[in-house]
Amino acid sequence: MRRRLAEHGIDRTLLLLLPALAFLVVIFLYPFVYGLVLSFQPERYVGVFANYQQFFADPFLRDTIAITLGLAVPASLFNVIASVPIAYRMRGAFRGKRLLIGMLVMPVTLGTVLIAKGLLTLLGARGWVNRALLELGLVEDPVRFVNNYWGVLLTLVITGFPFAFLLTLSYLGGIDPMLERAAATLGAGPRQRFWQITFPLLLPGLAITFILTFVLAFAVFPSAVLVGEPAGETRVISIVAYRAAYEQFDASMASAIAMIMGVVQLAVVALVLGVRGRLYRGPSGGTKG
Amino acid sequence: MSAISSRRIVASPLAWLAWGFVGCFLVFMLALIAAVVVNSLGTRWLDDWLPDAITTHWYGDAWREFGLTSVMLVTIEIAAAVVALSLLIGVPASYALARRDFPGRRVVMLAFLIPLLLPPVTYGIPLATVLLRHDLGGTLTGVILANLVPSVPFVILTMTPFIEQIDPRIEAAARTLGAGTTTIFVRVLGPLLVPGMLAAGLLVLVRTVGMFELSFFTAGPGSQPLVVVLYYAAFAPGVRASQSIDAMAVIYMGLMLMLLVAALSFVNPTNLVARLRESP
Repeated sequence: MRRRLAEHGIDRTLLLLLPALAFLVVIFLYPFVYGLVLSFQPERYVGVFANYQQFFADPFLRDTIAITLGLAVPASLFNVIASVPIAYRMRGAFRGKRLLIGMLVMPVTLGTVLIAKGLLTLLGARGWVNRALLELGLVEDPVRFVNNYWGVLLTLVITGFPFAFLLTLSYLGGIDPMLERAAATLGAGPRQRFWQITFPLLLPGLAITFILTFVLAFAVFPSAVLVGEPAGETRVISIVAYRAAYEQFDASMASAIAMIMGVVQLAVVALVLGVRGRLYRGPSGGTKG
Repeated sequence: MSAISSRRIVASPLAWLAWGFVGCFLVFMLALIAAVVVNSLGTRWLDDWLPDAITTHWYGDAWREFGLTSVMLVTIEIAAAVVALSLLIGVPASYALARRDFPGRRVVMLAFLIPLLLPPVTYGIPLATVLLRHDLGGTLTGVILANLVPSVPFVILTMTPFIEQIDPRIEAAARTLGAGTTTIFVRVLGPLLVPGMLAAGLLVLVRTVGMFELSFFTAGPGSQPLVVVLYYAAFAPGVRASQSIDAMAVIYMGLMLMLLVAALSFVNPTNLVARLRESP
């Protein structure tokens, strides 16, 4: 019996999995189920689905989904698309490559507050950029760059781009450059080599990069408050979830919003993975013979 | 041939666009940091290009006003505990996942992936409610537990491919020479695992110090790490001088920069996920 189990890979080594699984159940699954059950026990409304009905009936709450997607999708798309040509040009070895990568990744260390304060100082009505525009006579009145949609979108690019770039660079590193050289000897030009060889091999990696960048952007919260317009055009779903939990002390409604957030997020992930499943998936390394 | 010439014309503007974006991005980042640093070093900055005079007293003020000595201690305690516990829980699990191909292995891997695919707010709010009901709301333990949720899966996802590339015959050889399981773990596997654990640990450290949402939802007075203190200060403007908030933001950046440089010197950024790639 023991040997037969061992043939299927089941033996005492698997006991090593137990702490991690127990942890996952107690700290992740249990609270999640608890929240799910709680969301069906409304505190302020009557009826099992009342929280969800309330969320979708009230435009103040319902619209947060569209607002959040309207920020997260363009920001993630931009970050991934901008990463590709830049990472593609940085594949080979050149002097100062590590430094350039370090500088492009550096915004990860800034933190939302520094980015927000920097944007307000730099792009505010009396900031350096507006001052320069005014003195050059390009504008009559200061341009409003921050405390609106664009301020938050800019923050999402600053925080998301380094991450997307690093992942894209890493996926590109996994594609054997010999494949492109083989295409070149067969007469393919630079554009053909990129679009017909490298890009299709990179696409599955880009899908994962998009998902991971999207997770970060979809949860946007501090910057939507600090450089956005939290009562209006950047009223993202995290803000209403936070308000339900910590300002109205309605844990039931907050859990319902958290569940809706999770569903929307997973729907986007499933959509991207569904498209990815139809892409080429095979070896991207060199093949011998 | 016209095809070649048109190709050149199309390719080079794209190259200009790519390098142009890099240039703009870097200049903008420098200006952004400069704006905050200049403000944190200025006396009074109203309607002008630069502040009236230079001073460093905001840093001392920020350190005192926000009680940064104890905040730093809290931040270090949280980060150290999260790194140690996530390695302790994650590495053995990675070993089992890397060495055994059992039925349901894919399901287990997927289960560990889910916390990384959900925004922290999604599980942070229910978790904060549960912690509150178990009298752990606002405690250091609560903050550490919440931060472990994405950290343990992160360790598992980075360590599993790392262990897969260690030749299992090394363990087999040690066993034929009479080493017991404990000896193999301590004397054979342990030293081989150190580089991977160092890399995973440092990345968890950077993530934890920068993790805002989970700490924000679970921390209370006395258990707030630096990111949370910084957010509260920025969120209630007018209470403290703008310069001392900026000084604290610069201190935070310095801390993160140190951690990132340490992490990047152990982890080659270009093969961060190449190792993580799923096998075809």
